[in-house]
Order: sequence, then structure tokens, then C-alpha cells
Amino acid sequence: MSDLLIQCRGLCKSYGRKNALQGVDLQVDRGRIVGLLGPNGSGKTTLIKIFCGLLQPTSGEVLIDGQPIGVHSKSVISYLPDRMYFADWMAATDLFDLFHDFYADFDRQKAMAMCASLGVEPRDKMKTMSKGTKEKVQLVLVMARKAQLYLLDEPIAGVDPAARDFILSTILTNYNEEGTVLISTHLISDIERVLDEAIFLKDGKVILHNSVDNIRETQGKSVDALFREMFRAQALEGGSF
Amino acid sequence: MEWKLSDDRPIWLQLSEQLARQIVSGVYPPGGKLPSVRELAADAGVNPNTMQRALSQLESEGLAVSNRTAGRMVTEDAAVIDAARRKMAREIITTFFAAMADLGLSRERAIELLKEEGIHE
Repeated sequence: MSDLLIQCRGLCKSYGRKNALQGVDLQVDRGRIVGLLGPNGSGKTTLIKIFCGLLQPTSGEVLIDGQPIGVHSKSVISYLPDRMYFADWMAATDLFDLFHDFYADFDRQKAMAMCASLGVEPRDKMKTMSKGTKEKVQLVLVMARKAQLYLLDEPIAGVDPAARDFILSTILTNYNEEGTVLISTHLISDIERVLDEAIFLKDGKVILHNSVDNIRETQGKSVDALFREMFRAQALEGGSF
Repeated sequence: MEWKLSDDRPIWLQLSEQLARQIVSGVYPPGGKLPSVRELAADAGVNPNTMQRALSQLESEGLAVSNRTAGRMVTEDAAVIDAARRKMAREIITTFFAAMADLGLSRERAIELLKEEGIHE
């Protein structure tokens, strides 16, 4: 088994005239927690959706676990979308049944234990839950699988700061150690200490990919501070309103 | 325990310094068992790989010893722990003299003041 989990070369995606990804080259190893960081519209969600097989790239190549996107890649990827997709009449326990049927690696007991520690009542129907609680249920579904690659698209955006810490520790204590977690977000300061690596995406290109410790060592500042600096400069350059 | 992480330096380095402090102050006594990487990482809310690196640093400094069967222990060598203690003390003293210099106090004057304070205690 090779150490490389994600490989992409020259990945491009256009929506009509708009180029969402413009030649992404990326290699990510197993057993890493990686932040996919970039401002709104930089291509984070597009990239994740290509890994999941929800979008077809316009050109370029992607290999997950050594294979092109398909049946195998879908079986090893656990995906947390950036929006809800469940019927609201379902209770969390109904969703657990559904996931248990769909995914061989779904651990129902673990899901129930995670609900208990997150303070979610699994017999409540989705429509009676707050936005933050629904997000927690989604996270439970995703993290209770023993996947190779967890793709988390904005997992902490909708919850309060106290719940954020709790969700991060849930991710830390529940991910499969040989697996990799890719977290997209713009709330960098909240997740920086759990990351091994940071990828900066700008206008559909990878402009930086390095370990968090290397960034701190060479730049003498946090990833959050570096991000603000790089993307503020961008805002000023284009600042002729 | 309470972990304090600042923005300007690598996280693993700060973790290893804080663990070293716990060893020196006796929270983890000589020859005692250290918690697992996972437990410490969860407690500090950091990535397990980062905590692993912090613990490797403690091993290379001789403060921690890895044992295949029993996990990771604090060294039993009192001299190593004492050397670490002196190194930390020297850093605090250097900072102290720098702060005194900022107040316009020479080293001699600062030491005099320190002695006076010691007598009053």
C-alpha cells in the first residue's frame, strides 16, 4: 500500500465561462489531518466534490487510493457535504439504519456513543433539531465510518465556538488513524492546532502546501496570520472600486 | 491540564516545553508513566502527530524514555531532570534581567532588590 492517498495532476473544472479550478496539482499522504483553506469562491467545494465523484473534472487526473474516481474511491471516502440532504421526517436512528445498509464500514455503536457525548437525542426527528444539532448528526454519520479519506466541507461553520471545540475533539478522537481527514474551512484559527498540513487555494490554484509546523517555523507566524496577510494583499491589489 | 499555545512558534515545540515543565515540577514523577499520545493529544486538542513529535523531543532530551511493553515513562535519572530545571531557571533569570534593564536597573541593582525581597518574605 502506497503512502499516497490523493494524487491529482492538472485538475481543471469550468462552469461555462467560469474557471473554478485551474490546474490543481496535489499529493496527500495517509494518516494526515489537512486543512483546505481559501476565501469564498476559491474552489474548495468544487475540489471536494470532484474527489467524491459528484462533479466531473473538465480535464486532468485524480487518483484516490491509487484508483480513479469510481466504486472503489466511493467506498473509502466518507463525505460531509456543505449542506443538509436528509428528509426532515427522519430521526437520527433512521439515518443510522440507512448508513448501516449503505456502508459496510459504518459502526452503529460508535454513532450512538458519539450522539451521547455530543448531547444529541438520536430518536428526535431532524425537523425538530436546531441547525447546529443537525450538523452534529451529519458529523456523527460521517465520522462513525472507518474510512480512508474523510472529506469535511465546512464542518464547523454553523455551530457556536464552544461546540466547535467539541466537534474538533470528536474528529480527533474518532478518525481512523491510517485515514486522512481533509477539512475545508475559512475559520482557520479554530482548527489550526489540529492540522498537520495546510493547503491554500486561490482562484482555483494551490498557492501553498506545507506542514503547519514548517509554516510557523519559517514564517514566525500562525497559519491564520499568514492567510490573512496573503489574502488581504490580494484584496488591496484589486482595490480600484 | 491547561495548555497555552501562542501563534508565533511551532506547536510541537510549545507542547514539549510544557510537558518538560510538568516533569520538572513533579506532576509526572521520575520513573512514572506518561499518558499515551492519543490521551495527551485529546487533552491539548491537538493533532496526534504533533503530540508525537513533542514526545520524541522529550526523548531526545533524555527526559522521557520509551519502553516497548510499558509505554513511555519519565526518566529515573535525577541529574537529567535537574539539568532541565536549571536550564528553565536560567531562561527565567535572563528574562528577569532584561525586564529590569528596561526599567533602568543594572544587574547589581536588580540583584540587591531581589535580596531585599527575599528578606521581607
